Amino acid sequence: MLTLARLGGNAFATLLNVAVIGVALALPLGGYLLLQNLGTVTRQATGKPQVSLFLAPDADKADIAAIEAKLKLMPGVRSVRFISREQALAGLKRSENMAEVIAALQSNPLPDAFVIEAGGSASELEGMEPELKALPKVAHVQLDSAWVKRLETLVALGRRAVLILSTLLAFGLVAVTFNTIRLQILTQKDEIEVSKLIGATDAFIRRPFFYLGFVLGTLGALAALAIVYLCMHILNRSILELAQLYGSDFRLGFFGLPDCLALLGFTAMLGWLGAYMSVSRHLSDIEPR
Amino acid sequence: MISFSQVRKSYRGGHEALAELSFSIETGELVFITGRSGAGKSTLLKLIPAIERPTSGTVLVNGQNIGSLRRPAIPYLRRNLGLIFQDQKLLYDRSVFDNVMLPLAFTGHAHKEAARRARAALDKVGLLARERANPITLSGGEQQRLCIARAVVNRPSILLADEPTASLDSDSAAEVIEMFRSFHQVGVTVLIATHDEALIQRLNPRVLTLRQGRLDA
Repeated sequence: MLTLARLGGNAFATLLNVAVIGVALALPLGGYLLLQNLGTVTRQATGKPQVSLFLAPDADKADIAAIEAKLKLMPGVRSVRFISREQALAGLKRSENMAEVIAALQSNPLPDAFVIEAGGSASELEGMEPELKALPKVAHVQLDSAWVKRLETLVALGRRAVLILSTLLAFGLVAVTFNTIRLQILTQKDEIEVSKLIGATDAFIRRPFFYLGFVLGTLGALAALAIVYLCMHILNRSILELAQLYGSDFRLGFFGLPDCLALLGFTAMLGWLGAYMSVSRHLSDIEPR
Repeated sequence: MISFSQVRKSYRGGHEALAELSFSIETGELVFITGRSGAGKSTLLKLIPAIERPTSGTVLVNGQNIGSLRRPAIPYLRRNLGLIFQDQKLLYDRSVFDNVMLPLAFTGHAHKEAARRARAALDKVGLLARERANPITLSGGEQQRLCIARAVVNRPSILLADEPTASLDSDSAAEVIEMFRSFHQVGVTVLIATHDEALIQRLNPRVLTLRQGRLDA
């Protein structure tokens, strides 16, 4: 079709325009991806409220045994698991990045720890916190529920930020398309003038520009998806390493097909909108004289 | 077919290009419009395809009132007119053939049929051999003939030409005028604006002479 032929003819300029849109969209898209994955994590985490107790460095076997006994007696505690400092260190050693650091250490800086799974809800766990803190030789109590609550609030904040960012970038997309179409109209000024002179209707002249905006929006979205996918792939290597330290095989997952199609539809519409505004503004300036 | 009735055209700034112009042209006439530069010939011709609108008075083309013609109707008016204007407006980013094909793009012909018509038009003006060339490689006379081919490819009922021989040597000019004569012979209404008096004498057509926006009696 004429539009595609025209795009191909000026391939470099088209590529640049698509790149601009692609990079601009990749930012909120990346944000959405992170939020989506964080959402998965929080859903998994809130399933089983946990508390981690980190002991003081000078806790000995007797202290450990005493704490374990007390924990097992606490109501609402479903299971108690002990992770010795040697186990923790061994776990870190398994990671490539940390192995060298560990080897350089003179002594083991990690504390002994207990991981408690609670039977009740997160708020019940919160109620247990002062009691746990009061135990002798307990240096630090880490409530998963607090952590999860913080994460959830962070995710909500992040979502709002991404929404604002997306709105601004949607404006940006419309503006870029507006400008691109304007330049294209100027480039074709002679052809448009002649066409009007020999009897082309306004709709006939406008149509290829609408298609152009539509196509630019779609290609831009595809470029954005490709960029985000690439970045995700690169990051996932490190993320997987980190996750394995925590005993999970978490990695970032990409958008599903419905989401991708929705994005393509959305940007195509925005591209069309930019083209429509540009055509309305600039086409009427070109009249045979 | 074309009738002007008390037509006045003045531009912003007060310049009055046409004043109280009244005449009519029947179907199938060949009419020359003469006068000095600035007499209003181009303005007269521009009123017919609604490139300009009359300030007052009535311009009727095939029964349509140009002054009150709504914008969406203008393309359909222009499809019935063949326009050969002073700045030729050829497209130099495509071949001779593609230039002639342009008007056929929006008349809904199948590509084969459109190509046939385009080649017929090129043949009529003697440019069929150059169909793949870029218009910029054509001589002045050949470019003018290309404009004519493009103007007649949709077989309009009215041909308007504004100074079609202005930049041509006398031989090329004669060729071009001959072309107009042959179109006239098949029934096309032809209006030619020119200040070249010599051309007219050969054909003995009807002549409208403009002087400062008015018709000489």
